[in-house]
This record gives sequence, C-alpha cells and structure tokens, in this order.
Amino acid sequence: MAATEQEILEGLGKIINEITGIPASEVTPEKSFVDDLDIDSLSMVEIAVAAQDEFGVEIPDDQLKNLKTVKDVLTFIQN
Amino acid sequence: MRIPDTAPGAKVLALGHYQPSRVVTNDDLSKTMETSDEWIRSRVGIQERRIAGDAESLEDMAAQAGGKALAASGLATSDIDLVIVATCTLESQIPNAAAVVAHRLGISSPGAFDVNAACAGFCYALSTADSAIRSGSARNVLVIGAEKLSQWLDWTDRSTAVIFADGAGAAVVGPSDTPGIGPVVWGSAGDKSEAIMIPDRHGSLHQEGQTVFRWATTALHPVAKQACERAGVDPAELAAFIPHQANLRIIEAIARRLGAEKAVVARDIVLAGNTSAASIPLALSRMLERGEVRSGELALVLGFGAGLTYAGQVIEIP
Repeated sequence: MAATEQEILEGLGKIINEITGIPASEVTPEKSFVDDLDIDSLSMVEIAVAAQDEFGVEIPDDQLKNLKTVKDVLTFIQN
Repeated sequence: MRIPDTAPGAKVLALGHYQPSRVVTNDDLSKTMETSDEWIRSRVGIQERRIAGDAESLEDMAAQAGGKALAASGLATSDIDLVIVATCTLESQIPNAAAVVAHRLGISSPGAFDVNAACAGFCYALSTADSAIRSGSARNVLVIGAEKLSQWLDWTDRSTAVIFADGAGAAVVGPSDTPGIGPVVWGSAGDKSEAIMIPDRHGSLHQEGQTVFRWATTALHPVAKQACERAGVDPAELAAFIPHQANLRIIEAIARRLGAEKAVVARDIVLAGNTSAASIPLALSRMLERGEVRSGELALVLGFGAGLTYAGQVIEIP
C-alpha cells in the first residue's frame, strides 16, 4: 500500500530533523531545501539515502539536484 | 624448487611523517575563490592544510617521511629489501617514486615499485608488504604514502581546491612472531570510475562530490566491519579507527556505523586536509606522536578513493 502524501511528509520531516536538527514542523511542502531550510548538498545525499530506506524509492544523484522543494521530493516518492 | 621458511606474521615496526611547512588557511583560499571558512568547515571539516612549494617534490616528501620511519625502526638501510610508494599524483609517470626514494635514503638495491590505488593506496601497499614478509620475499619493507595533490588541482575549482593537500607518511614493516597486520578486505567499484578522475594529462582533478559522499557513507562501513571480523577483532576492542581523511562528515558517518565505542577516531583532516594515500600513515604517525594512541593497541585502517577502490585491515600500533 502506497503511503499518503501526509505520511510521506511526516516521515521526511523526521528524517530531516535527525540529519540536520531542523524541527520537523518546519518541513512543509512549499519550503526550498537550500533557500528556506539551509540544507547543503551533502545533507541532501544523506536525506536521499535515509528516504530510500524509509520509503523504498531510490533517489539517484542526477535526480536529486532537480528536487528543489519538499513538494518535489513528495511528488518524486509518490510517483 | 623450494620456498623459504615463512615468517608467522608481520607488523608495523615504526612510523614517520612529513608535511610541507607552508600552511594554507580557509581564509587564504577565500581570497582567491568563492568560498569561506564557514563553508569549508561545515562541508569538509578542514581548518587548514599544507601545500608544498614548487621546489618541493613528491619524492622529497616521501624520502623525508621514509627516513623518519626508518630511523625510528632502528633498522639499517641494508635491512630493507623492498620499498613501496603508494601515490597517484606523481608529476611524471617515469621513473617511479620508489626507486628514487630508496636511492635518496641510501637503501642500495631494494625491490621498488609504486602502487596507484589512489586514497586506498597505503592499505594496498601495507597488505603487499605483509604478504612479502610472510612469504619470505622480503625481510623488511618500507611502505610510504606520499602525495602532491596541489600540482593536479584547478585552484579556481572550489569543489576540489579546498579539500586536497600535500604530505607523506611512512611505515617500516617487519617480521613478527604473532600477526600484527590482519587480513585485508579490498575491492573496487569501477562502475563509478568517473566520480574521481583526471580526464587527461593536462587536466586537473575532478570529483563528483555527491556520488563519492553517497558511496563512502553507505558502502564502506560493511567493509570496515568485515576487516575486523576477518582479523577476529570485535570493533568494540579497537583503540583507534584511522579512515582515509577524505571529509570529516564521511569519517564521522563511517565511525558511527562501525560501533567502535572505545576507539579514538582520526580527525587529522582538520589540520592536514585530504592527502590521499598519505592520509592514513600521516594521521596515525601524528596520533602516536601526540600520545593519543599507544604502542601495542589495535587500530583499524580503512582507505578508499578514486577507482573507486577501497581496502582496510586491523593493525597493531607500533
């Protein structure tokens, strides 16, 4: 059964909190990883690896650079 | 045909290191490229690095480190049968560094060859030395990791220029009644060969940071654990973990997953930068000098880098 967008958002918030210390409540769909959340490219790799473990969806590096916002990641995982 | 009586084991007898005197700080780099002390510290964990001058060659640094290790071992030059230099940054491919360095040190006619396994090179060379001693091919071996990365960098490319540096570290390896160098676990991932490369002889070092970071933080802790397992050593027993000094975040990620609770983790990168094949002997030699590790304790060394290549083994600290 595929996870709902809300479930993915909650899971992603938890992962981002563990890796960067940013409160999960700040991880909302419209936020940009670089501009709003100040997450660097190496942390994005750690987030992608953790998201793969959590959701079973691989996010390769060449796709990762196109995922600018939280919403982009939610869409990528759902599709 | 016959083969010699073999030594039961081999171990590192002594270490030595050498760094160029010129210190380059993050602030120095931010004057010539778009970067900052904060950016470098948070991404890579480096505060400063050493860069050799034009007049200081890779062979000069290798000979300095090798000479110190040899002096610390108490052996005579005539006791050394083999010299191996692990390096990937020679200015010229011919001649090799090992024969030149051996001659400089007054080691008269040893076997001499270089190993290019990039940042994993020292661990490959150490394993080769261990095998040569245990098979009777050499009585004692001088293993040197030496790099002059500065001559292969594009000094306007902030993705590499802030990371790499110059230096050398060396180990004298000799026979032992008990094993002092554990079985090596080594391998490669040639499908990622383009992740770290110099595209041609006039080019400079290129690195796909995210690809390397993902590989290093996911593929290597199992190698580290396997090296412990093959040596019959629980990671919890390790007194030190000396991974290649690639990036402080990689070092910490591997250390966290290794579960070596008591181990001092080498963080030499902070003041030495990433010196590729030199980083492990350089870090260990400096840790020993500062008294952070003690003779007779067990350490895990783990090299990884371009190729991609990796190798690791448990060793007894000299």
